[in-house]
Amino acid sequence: MAHAHPVKRYTGLMDWLTTVDHKKIGILYLIAGGFFFLIGGFEALLIRIQLWKPLNNFVSADTYNELLTMHGTTMIFLAAMPIIFALMNAIVPLQIGARDVAFPFVNALGFWTFLFGGLLLNVSWIAGAVPDAGWTSYLPLADPTYSPGKGVDFYVLGLQIAGIGTLVGGINFLVTIINMRAPGMSFMRMPMFTWSAFITSALILFAFPALTVGLVALMFDRLFSANFFNVSGGGNTVLWEHIFWIFGHPEVYILILPAFGIISEVISTFSRKRLFGYSSMVFATVLIGFLGFMVWAHHMFTVGLGPVANALFSIATMLIAVPTGIKIFNWIFTMWGGSIRFTAANLFAVGFVPTFVMGGVTGVMLAAAPADFQYHDSYFVVAHFHYVIVGGLVLGLFSGLHYWWPKIFGRMLSEGLGKLTFWTFYIGFHLTFFVQHFLGLLGMPRRVYTYLDGLGFNSMNLISTIGAFLMGIGTIIFIINIIVTAAKPKTASNDPWEDGRTLEWSIPSPAPEYNFLQTPLVRGYDALWKEKMDGNTGMSPAEPIGPIHMPSGSILPFIMSFGLFVAGFGFMYANNEWTGFVKEIFASHAVAGLGLGITLTCMIIRSLKDDHGFHIEPEELTKKEVKE
Amino acid sequence: MSAHSHLDGELPHEPERATLEGRNKVLGFWLFLGGETVLFGTLFSIFLALRDQVGDGNPTGQELFKLGTVAIATFILLTSSLTSVFAIQAMHRNHVKAMQGWLIITVILGLGFLGLEIYEFYEYIHEGHRFSTSAFSSSFYTLVGFHGAHVLFGIVWISLLIFQVARKGLNVVTAPKVYVAGMYWHFIDVVWVFIFTVVYLMGKVG
Repeated sequence: MAHAHPVKRYTGLMDWLTTVDHKKIGILYLIAGGFFFLIGGFEALLIRIQLWKPLNNFVSADTYNELLTMHGTTMIFLAAMPIIFALMNAIVPLQIGARDVAFPFVNALGFWTFLFGGLLLNVSWIAGAVPDAGWTSYLPLADPTYSPGKGVDFYVLGLQIAGIGTLVGGINFLVTIINMRAPGMSFMRMPMFTWSAFITSALILFAFPALTVGLVALMFDRLFSANFFNVSGGGNTVLWEHIFWIFGHPEVYILILPAFGIISEVISTFSRKRLFGYSSMVFATVLIGFLGFMVWAHHMFTVGLGPVANALFSIATMLIAVPTGIKIFNWIFTMWGGSIRFTAANLFAVGFVPTFVMGGVTGVMLAAAPADFQYHDSYFVVAHFHYVIVGGLVLGLFSGLHYWWPKIFGRMLSEGLGKLTFWTFYIGFHLTFFVQHFLGLLGMPRRVYTYLDGLGFNSMNLISTIGAFLMGIGTIIFIINIIVTAAKPKTASNDPWEDGRTLEWSIPSPAPEYNFLQTPLVRGYDALWKEKMDGNTGMSPAEPIGPIHMPSGSILPFIMSFGLFVAGFGFMYANNEWTGFVKEIFASHAVAGLGLGITLTCMIIRSLKDDHGFHIEPEELTKKEVKE
Repeated sequence: MSAHSHLDGELPHEPERATLEGRNKVLGFWLFLGGETVLFGTLFSIFLALRDQVGDGNPTGQELFKLGTVAIATFILLTSSLTSVFAIQAMHRNHVKAMQGWLIITVILGLGFLGLEIYEFYEYIHEGHRFSTSAFSSSFYTLVGFHGAHVLFGIVWISLLIFQVARKGLNVVTAPKVYVAGMYWHFIDVVWVFIFTVVYLMGKVG
């Protein structure tokens, strides 16, 4: 039946450009996110070089503003989130026993829009007009009067395009997790990482549209002379802060919840114990997601919202410490009495726990509104959010990458190099950011390109810079580890850690393109572990071997996203200082229209042209299984 | 085309939910509408925050809005929601011709609404209520314009679906598409009800 309908299958580069396989998309996210992580890290190092001594003139004040803006924006939107999406793509369908995600095409679209949005943002370096109003892009600093160049336009349009990708990615994972779980995989049997991916996707769904609107408003102000934030036209600058943080605070939980999920998996596996308090862990994750929407104004205590608003947001913020505390204790109790193996992945996970507690404690300190007036816009805040984002999320991602690397690539990362990565990165991290608490308390303001001698800042800034380089070395060791590993043969077994508990460890490493030859029957939480304890060698199948339907690849997501990229440029440079034909085609919005036209045409083609996919027949399947 | 074989034969009772792809599409679209709700919620918040910022000498909402035109537009759009329900009911009874007919009426009503809105904006601009006049005007045009753009998108989308159903017939692939387009159309109607209340009625009261 299926052979009557031959499908063109691409190879090489075209395979990667057209893939709709969630595992390959995961790898694409990892490569792109890793690339932006290196750019963002490089920007961080330049910032630290500038600050290593007082009155340094390594970079100019303007360049410093650009570096600081791009470091924050790149790390949050283009490095952290894509690497989270990389792990979600690579692992979540495997953990729930699904053959695919709900919307493979949309999944690819999400990746390419993110990539083109990120490229648009970073093209600003080449165009010589770099965003420099901070990653929060506060008004009036970001309005056309105070940021007259194209810099903030790159921020607005780049993030807008990347944001679309994130939003559709979130919807894809919600539907995948709700609709595509294997038989027996009830919600309360889902692995913690899948739970965290689920809640994170829900947060993305309800937080990103607020950013979309905020960016549209800012774009209209900048490109079409609207008055949303223009005070002389009746606009309101505090409105931007509200919109930004209504998105921005859930964003913080979008970032950290997946790390919580990863840590739960890794600690449980390497303690050879069931996760302590699984249901309280689920409850805490949901509660954090819920409360995450009610605390945005704690970023605005000093704006002057009044004592009642400040008190309410202060209490709501402190409440989040409760479910977070539950998690911390659960991790400790999971380790308690377990036979712990300190693999590289587990080192990162165990190192995460105290580091994140420190970030949490400063969080509660900052949540006290009266005290916040002292900490606000000082290095204390910088120290706090780097403790939660680097000490929390990035350690979590490193842990997850070391843990799942064999499942993604079929090769084990070198444990020795992994441990070396951990120690250099971990020590470097604490050197960099621990002292920044005290710099903040001494009064060093954030976002300022230099400081005077004799204020007591010198030695701590030097320590911080040394720490930053140590983190850089840790990252380089990780890259060396990747290169060394890539040269090794693909020898990882199904369950290379031998203590795998969840479904992804029941199938070959790397997973075949159809994931599961037969959909597994899930009989309990920690599905594979349960089978192991019952003396079975693997999962029992829920279906006989039969033809497996696969979606066919498509170049449309790539072209669609490229269209948005062109449209972004078109709108941005409609008002330009060029001459002749080039000026005309931009000024008449022809370029912008062309870009949108490309995207809409692709949407129409997608709608009209049915994708029948193709089938992998049982004979092919069994042949492959034997070969592998 | 033997690969189409699973599409042939008797159409199930709820064809939009007959396949996993269909169920995914419907659920995904509900979630998408959740996101759209936040999007319009934010636009409404902005409008409410800025609607009194008219500026000196510029027309206020009270002076501008003509409830007559807006009421007709509202009536047209709400009726189109009803006709889209008829289309989905016809789909469930497997009456393809009736479904297409109701969809065509829905599109025509949508075009009527859009025409009235364009005419309304045109009038406002002549009365000095431009996009860049004041914070009120910017937030007004952005909120109402976003809705109008959604209506336009819906018109194009449903038109394409009419064309598609004419070519491929109603089956378990096309039915979910028609169904979610219907959901979308209801959603933009509900948004309009809020716009009518918050923007026009509250604006008229002052």
